[in-house]
Amino acid sequence: MIAAAIVTADWYMTLAAVLFLIGMAGLLLRNNALVMFMSVELMLNAVNLTFVAAARAHGDIGGQMAVLFVLVVAAAEVAVGLAIIVSIFRIRRTASVDDLSELSG
Amino acid sequence: MDLDYHALAPEIVVAATILLVLGLDVALPRRRKYWTAFAGVVGLTLAAVPLVTLALGGGPGARSMLGGGYVVDDFALVLKAVFIAGGYLVLLMSVSYIESDRYYQGEYYLLLLTSILGSLIMASSRDLITVFVGLELVTGPLFLLAGWRKGDARSNEASLKFFILGVLSTAVLLYGMSFLYGLTGSVTFEGIRTAGAGLLDSGAFRLAVLFTLIGFGFKITAVPFHFWAPDTYEGAPTPVTAYLSVGSKAAGFVGLLLLCYRAFPSVTEIWGPALWVLAALSMTLGNLTALRQDNIVRMLAYSSIAQGGFILVPFAAAAVTNDPLVIQEAASATIVYVIIYAFMNLGAFAVVIEGARRTGTSMIDGWAGMWRYAPRLAVLGAVFFFSLAGIPPLAGWYAKFAMFLAILRPGNPWTAALAVIAAVNAVIALVYYARVGKTMWMDPLPDGASDGERTARPMSGALALALGISVIFVILAGVLPFQLAGVFAEAAKVVTAGI
Repeated sequence: MIAAAIVTADWYMTLAAVLFLIGMAGLLLRNNALVMFMSVELMLNAVNLTFVAAARAHGDIGGQMAVLFVLVVAAAEVAVGLAIIVSIFRIRRTASVDDLSELSG
Repeated sequence: MDLDYHALAPEIVVAATILLVLGLDVALPRRRKYWTAFAGVVGLTLAAVPLVTLALGGGPGARSMLGGGYVVDDFALVLKAVFIAGGYLVLLMSVSYIESDRYYQGEYYLLLLTSILGSLIMASSRDLITVFVGLELVTGPLFLLAGWRKGDARSNEASLKFFILGVLSTAVLLYGMSFLYGLTGSVTFEGIRTAGAGLLDSGAFRLAVLFTLIGFGFKITAVPFHFWAPDTYEGAPTPVTAYLSVGSKAAGFVGLLLLCYRAFPSVTEIWGPALWVLAALSMTLGNLTALRQDNIVRMLAYSSIAQGGFILVPFAAAAVTNDPLVIQEAASATIVYVIIYAFMNLGAFAVVIEGARRTGTSMIDGWAGMWRYAPRLAVLGAVFFFSLAGIPPLAGWYAKFAMFLAILRPGNPWTAALAVIAAVNAVIALVYYARVGKTMWMDPLPDGASDGERTARPMSGALALALGISVIFVILAGVLPFQLAGVFAEAAKVVTAGI
C-alpha cells in the first residue's frame, strides 16, 4: 500500500504544520535567544513549504513569488536579530532571556 | 513594466532621501551629522508634494500597478499623507533628543525614514506579498531603533522583546497567509474575496483568517497580544516610542482595514466576534492598567493600547450588518480615529520629551507644579491629554463621537454592549488623563526644586514646531470636524467599495 501512495500537496501541508508547531514550541519553551531565533526560522520555513506546495497544487506562480520575498525578509531579520543579540551579549555575557528583567510592571 | 511614476513619486522621493541620508552619514564629520536630520525633513516635505498633485489632478480613478497589487487611490493618498505628517513630527521631535545623546545620529534618521517608507507601501498594498513586505519594512528598522542606545541594558531588553514577539507575529501572520493562498489560489485581495465567498464552510479558511488577525493583533498591540508593548515603549528612546505608538500602529490598522473590508467580507462572522473581543479586552485592560502607572511613558503605553481598542470598535459594527452605508461609516470612523489619534498622541509624546528634559524625570509626581516654571508646556500638556480623553472642543471628542455613532448604528444587542463597554472606558480614561493635568496645574512643586533652576533651558526650535503643528491640528480638527470628515468619508468609500 505504501508503495502505491502518491505524495500530494497534503503531505507537504502536514509536514509544514508539524514544523510550524515545533518552531512555535521551541520559541515558547526555550530561553536562549539564539535557540528562539532558530525556532522562528523553522516557522518561516514551514510557511515557505506551505506556499510552495500550494503553488504547485494550483499551478500558480504567486506562491513561489511569496517564498522569494519571505526568504529575503527572513535573511534581513537574521541580520537585525543577531545584531541585537550581540549587543546584549556585550553587556551581559549571556544570551539567556531569563535574566532580562530590567523592565516590568 | 507598467509603472506609473507619478503615482509612485512619494515612495521614490522617500527612497532617494534614504540613500542621501546614508551617503551624508558616511561623508559628514561627526559634529555636522545633524545635516542628516535636515535632509530627512526636507525629503519628507518634498514627498508630500506629489501627494497633493495626485489628489488634485488624479481624478476619481485609482492608479493600479503590478497586476492590481499596488494601488494609489483616495484611501492610499489620505493615509500616506498621515504617515508622512506623522513621520515629519517624529523627525522634528527627535532632533534635539538625539543630538543631546552620545549615540549615532545618521543611522537613526536612516532607519526612521525606512520605516516611514514601509508605511507608505502599506497604504497602497492590495495583495498579500506587498502587505507583508510593507509591514516588515515598517517593523524591521524599529527593532533596531528600539535598541538604539546600545550601551543601555534597558534599551537592549526593549529591543530583544520587541524583536522576538515581532518575528513570532510575522510567522503566524505568514502562516495564515500561506493558508489563504493555498485555499484560494490567489495572493491578491480581490482574488481572495472572490474565492473566499465559496469557502464559507471551510474550517481551514476560518483558521487562516484567525491566524492573520492574530498576526495583526501583535502589530496593533491589542490585548492579549500586547505584553511586549509597555516594556518596549519604556526602554526605547522616547521619540521612537512616539513613532511606535502611532506610525507602526497605524500601519497595522491599515493592514487590518484592507484585509477585513477588502479580502474577508464573506467571513464577517469570524472577524466580527474576534475583533469585538479584542476591542473590549484592549479598552478595559489597557485603561485599568494605565490607572496604576507612575511613569508617564508607561502610562501612555497602556493608554495607547486602550486607544487601539477604541479604534477596533467600529469593526464590530461593520461585521453585523449588510448595509453598505453602515459599513462605510464604520470604516470611516476607524480612519478618522487613527488620524486624530496620530496627531494627539504625537503631541502628548512631544510634551513628555520636553517635560522629561526640563524636570529630569518621567515620573508623573516629578512634574508637579509645572505651570509655575513652564506655563506654555503645561497648557500644551493639558490640551493633548484632554484631547486623548475626548473632551470637546479638542479633536479627540470627534474621534470618539464618530466611533460611538458607528457602533450604535446597527442596533444589534452585541454592538450595543460594546458601546456600553466603550462608554465606561472613556470615563475611566478621563481619570488618568486628568490626573496628569491636575499634577501639572494644582500640585505644589516637589521638595528641593526651585522655580529658577527649571526655567533656564529653552525648548529647541524643532520640538516647538512639532508641538505647534500638532496643537493646531488638534484644535482645528476639534472645532471643524465635519469638514475633515468629508475627506475621510471618500477614503472609506474606496476601502469598502464592492462589499
